[in-house]
Amino acid sequence: MKLTLGPLQYYWPKQQVIDFYASLADAPVDVVYLGETVCSRRHELRAEDWLNLAGQMASTGKEVVMSTLTLIESESDLKALRRLVENGLFQVEANEMGAVRLLAEAKLPFIAGPTLNVFNAETLKFLAASGATRWVLPPEASREILAGLQAGRPQGLETEVLAHGRLPLAYSARCFTARRFNLQKDSCEFKCLDFPEGLRLKTREGEAFLTLNGIQTQSAKTYNLLIDLPALQASHVDFLRISPQPEGTAELIAIFRRAMAGELTPQSALDAATPWLTDGACNGFWHGQPGLELIAA
Amino acid sequence: MTASFELVCPAGGLPALKAAVDNGANCVYLGFRDETNARNFNGLNFDDKNLADGIKYAHDRKVKVLVALNTFPQSANWSKWTAAVDRAARHGVDAAILADVGLMDYASRTYPQLRLHLSVQGSATSYEAINFYRERFNIQRAVLPRVLSLAQVEQVIKNTPVEIEVFGFGGLCVMVEGRCALSAYATGVSPNCNGACSPAKSVRFVDTPEGQETRLNGILIDRFGKDERAGYPTLCKGRFDVDDETYYAIEEPTSLNTLQLLPELMAMGVRAIKIEGRQRSPAYVAQVTKIWREAIDAARRDGDKFTPKAAWMADLNKVSEGQAQTLGAYYRPWK
Repeated sequence: MKLTLGPLQYYWPKQQVIDFYASLADAPVDVVYLGETVCSRRHELRAEDWLNLAGQMASTGKEVVMSTLTLIESESDLKALRRLVENGLFQVEANEMGAVRLLAEAKLPFIAGPTLNVFNAETLKFLAASGATRWVLPPEASREILAGLQAGRPQGLETEVLAHGRLPLAYSARCFTARRFNLQKDSCEFKCLDFPEGLRLKTREGEAFLTLNGIQTQSAKTYNLLIDLPALQASHVDFLRISPQPEGTAELIAIFRRAMAGELTPQSALDAATPWLTDGACNGFWHGQPGLELIAA
Repeated sequence: MTASFELVCPAGGLPALKAAVDNGANCVYLGFRDETNARNFNGLNFDDKNLADGIKYAHDRKVKVLVALNTFPQSANWSKWTAAVDRAARHGVDAAILADVGLMDYASRTYPQLRLHLSVQGSATSYEAINFYRERFNIQRAVLPRVLSLAQVEQVIKNTPVEIEVFGFGGLCVMVEGRCALSAYATGVSPNCNGACSPAKSVRFVDTPEGQETRLNGILIDRFGKDERAGYPTLCKGRFDVDDETYYAIEEPTSLNTLQLLPELMAMGVRAIKIEGRQRSPAYVAQVTKIWREAIDAARRDGDKFTPKAAWMADLNKVSEGQAQTLGAYYRPWK
């Protein structure tokens, strides 16, 4: 199994983004996904900045993939998408069907992202025939669903599974971070910059439940499959994805590496990761249970 | 105006289907009694007998029947969804409304004559995505997720030969349909795979000294004061705390109502308007269908001079969630 660093879900100042990736130049991840996938208003890094960053990360020997926006609304969103598809250097992760169309038309191999709703082998075969060389399991899918997909997986198609990060649960036209401050999305004052790990939404009993991250809603708990590593290995997963967070990403990568190499037991790996699992860990989706649950392997 | 403009109404059962047909629907949409559709609720939907009766009733009155098979099959239960497509084709429905790419591939190969609509659950928000489904599966119509502004809807229409259907009235998904796992996260029941959101089996109404609480799988969704009526705990319509403020953090209990936008929607070439509510009563379907029929006929007649009657708006408000209405994403400030 190989390790990937998924696209940054949050909105950080440009220098923080550059420093973050620079700090991971020597980190043992095989693939790095870059680009803005959540909100088209986020512009600390422009398209050329992302591509420059991609060049720098590629020069460290990592495979670099550019990820597309998940929710396309406007013509300018499409323009940015076309530009990404035509970048000429890096593979692209398609996060909605418009991207799939453009990539297939250009006869470019692509990665089928986690929001394409791949729940059955027929869909997988269709995407592979359209040019997908790798696909990412939707985070809400269980290991049972994965097993069905793996059994019908076309030859050569690689499988990637989110193994660490707050769960991307929903996308909306509305910005919930702006809403918290009684702002409209079109004049949001880029409030997301103030919340490097999103805004915690709690129940009225004070239980951290969800995370508001602009137009995206995440879990409050962090999805983590360290204790399920043996099952992931048995499921013939090729890539495990770690989602970037402001603190602890390098440490988490190291913990995953050691656990994958058998130097840490799954449980001791999870224990070691605990300092970076603010608001707790969950793995219910993997077990076919409510996503917020943490189930022993 | 030469192009047709269809009123597409919900039918959770045969009485609702008849109510829709009798009150002026051009199309009714319905589902089977399982997780192959996004309103997989107890006591709802159609078996073979009801389906045959419903199709006959509708077709005798020149009304179309659309079948929603708009959830995502998994490999282990794949044949349940293909059987549902077979069944829809066998019964001679006017179109199947699909979301899953694999299932669309099956339907278009097996039944090339079966008209396909792309469900809102397909999350296609751009003409590039819609045209992809057209090229690959020959879809004839796409239902847009409730995320685009009016200008964005128009931009889609200008760039695709696919008919565009939009939501006009009813319960409002704030999230992009097909891209929401909130219910799955809280309850394990997934709109995408199980066809239900915030399921009744996970709901508890609990009386406490602080007021009535509504819980979903134990999670406190809202708490109501003495003067408030406790609403159903749909996860995204609860009150939560964010940064020391308690409010409807995602959306208020409210319904979408675009009646006032009818002339604009017609002028930009929208071909059909959908009423949400397969889980609602036949009386709801009758009332809402009747009002929208009158409104569409008036808008066709009056064009830009059309204004919704106050009585229509008042009656629609009474059957709205939380007795409140919104223009949703069609109105940019909502975003």
